[in-house]
Amino acid sequence: MKALLTLALRSAWNRRATLSLVMLSVALSTFLLLGFEQVRTDVRENFSQSVSGTDLVVGARTGSVQLMLYSVFRVGSATNNIRMSSLEAIAQHRAVAWVVPLSLGDAHHGYPVLGTTADYFNRFLYGDREPLALAQGAPFADGIDGLYGVVLGAEVAQTLSYRLGQRLVLSHGSGELDGADHADKPFTVVGILARTGTPVDRTLHISLESMEAIHLDWVGGAPMPGVAIAPEQARKFDLAPRQVSAALIGLKGRAAVFNVQRFVAEYAGEPLMAVLPGVALDELWDVVGVGEKALMGMSAMVALVSLAGLVAVVMAGLNERRRELAVLRAVGAGPRQVLLLLAGEGLIVTLAGALLGALATALFIALAAPWVQMHYGVNLKLSVPSDNQWLLFAAVVLAGGVASLIPGWRAYRMSLADGLSPRV
Amino acid sequence: MIELRDVRYAWPGSRTDGLAIDALSVATGRTLFLHGPSGGGKSTLLGLLAGVLLPRSGSVSLLGTRWSDLSGARRDAFRADHVGYIFQQFNLLPYLSVLDNVLLPCRFSALRRERATLDAGSPTASAQQLLQRVGLAPALWARPAAQLSVGQQQRVAAARALIGRPEVLIADEPTSALDADRREGFMALLLEACRAAGSTLVFVSHDERLAARFDERLSLATVNRAAPADPSETAS
Repeated sequence: MKALLTLALRSAWNRRATLSLVMLSVALSTFLLLGFEQVRTDVRENFSQSVSGTDLVVGARTGSVQLMLYSVFRVGSATNNIRMSSLEAIAQHRAVAWVVPLSLGDAHHGYPVLGTTADYFNRFLYGDREPLALAQGAPFADGIDGLYGVVLGAEVAQTLSYRLGQRLVLSHGSGELDGADHADKPFTVVGILARTGTPVDRTLHISLESMEAIHLDWVGGAPMPGVAIAPEQARKFDLAPRQVSAALIGLKGRAAVFNVQRFVAEYAGEPLMAVLPGVALDELWDVVGVGEKALMGMSAMVALVSLAGLVAVVMAGLNERRRELAVLRAVGAGPRQVLLLLAGEGLIVTLAGALLGALATALFIALAAPWVQMHYGVNLKLSVPSDNQWLLFAAVVLAGGVASLIPGWRAYRMSLADGLSPRV
Repeated sequence: MIELRDVRYAWPGSRTDGLAIDALSVATGRTLFLHGPSGGGKSTLLGLLAGVLLPRSGSVSLLGTRWSDLSGARRDAFRADHVGYIFQQFNLLPYLSVLDNVLLPCRFSALRRERATLDAGSPTASAQQLLQRVGLAPALWARPAAQLSVGQQQRVAAARALIGRPEVLIADEPTSALDADRREGFMALLLEACRAAGSTLVFVSHDERLAARFDERLSLATVNRAAPADPSETAS
């Protein structure tokens, strides 16, 4: 067996020019399979780590996935606002422990701005029920005192190199339109959050009153012509928010969750909905799952194509090797050993390719992780391969081994038919 | 040592026998020259002797063992243990070094590995001794076999066939690709090495000028009573 393996290795090495191309294609398909699996699980992990300790998310009636996406993941935007009075009514429910309103819509250099209450920093939990921690400074205060104070997510501060006390200007909407800046009311950095690996890192947090203040002289998404309210003047206005985009709700006990959900859904004041974050995420995976399966299927096809290439290359070389097979027969190799030799060669190429692909995956994760984190907020983790990745790796190698039986079988037949006199 | 009795062989798909030999035997340590023109059933006979082919009827035995009594895998193992084989040409695996080519039978046969160790202390040492005996300079031993000239390759093939002292050596026109000078040299060293190893030699060639050196001479055309008809014979 060992003799055959070394022979297979030497033989493969002899044709390394052709075989290395095949090996590369196997490596590429392994890379696709493993890399895609890695991205998929890390994205899921990231999403499910983004919020915990929140029992319900309340917003205007829309899809539950959409509500989760804009309220927690800051993707997309709210279709409708909800009234503060509705939230107050919900807060009165005896099962509700706390309500944290969320007001979205503005941005700063592409990073979303979240208007909320100071309570957010105590109530919002992520990962394994971990609270937010401030790396520097302190949260803003509610009311007039906290006006024009902003707390930065870790990534915002890092990428834009902001420090405590620095002044910055928020943009209206997603910030893509010129002249839609809130330049008249600059904000001061009062706190910088520690890194969480969640969308919080990419968010700028201001108080609801600040959110009201910068929009005092705005109407319908544009500054009111001829009206300009100076930052200090704004303090004299009633800055109590009347509308927000969504709210996070914590309950006194999990048992009441469906009760409260029904209460929200049946609320008479305006059409509302409440979703359980876990359930909404499951729904999201159902939607995304279709695409994932399609991509996975494509990757699997690529792997099959590369293995077909392997079989073709080994088969093509077989006719020229009839003499070699006869020599092996003459020194005592049986047809079965000839089969093993050829199959072993294919297996070696597959194994080398799969290992190379795994290495490329690790390298890709190590190199691309910071960039992906910055642009997509997804934290790719370089770690021991997951069970699924081992399975995919094993599947590639196994498929390669099985595919290699085809040239092996042909060589078996050839060496039986040829014996010691190859018909070349 | 080698014994054929009432052998009938027909190629698959052929209704007439390609080979029919009533009796043929070679005693231990003897050298036999078989004169066989192309198409005379030469390849068939060699295939039968090496146990790669089995006769339709009759028996071929080596060292008192009938090939047909062994299973396919046992035949391969028996061949690895007791038979050295030299082809017309293309004897070597191009991706192995000269030395590794000589050592090839030791990979497949524990018996020949043991005997080679007995001969020279280790299989490698034995291979080197043999290469020296067939006159191949040590500088060439580590070279890939493909870089050697045809004459050199044939000498390496002889060394390989002889390693581990197999009882039987079968040579299929090993000199046909060599020019006259090299042919003489090759014949001399093959016969000498064969005698040194105590191997029985069956040497097939259409070149009758070589016959004088052998203990016994035989024409395949006279031994084979079947009409030479099979086209596959001419192809090889």
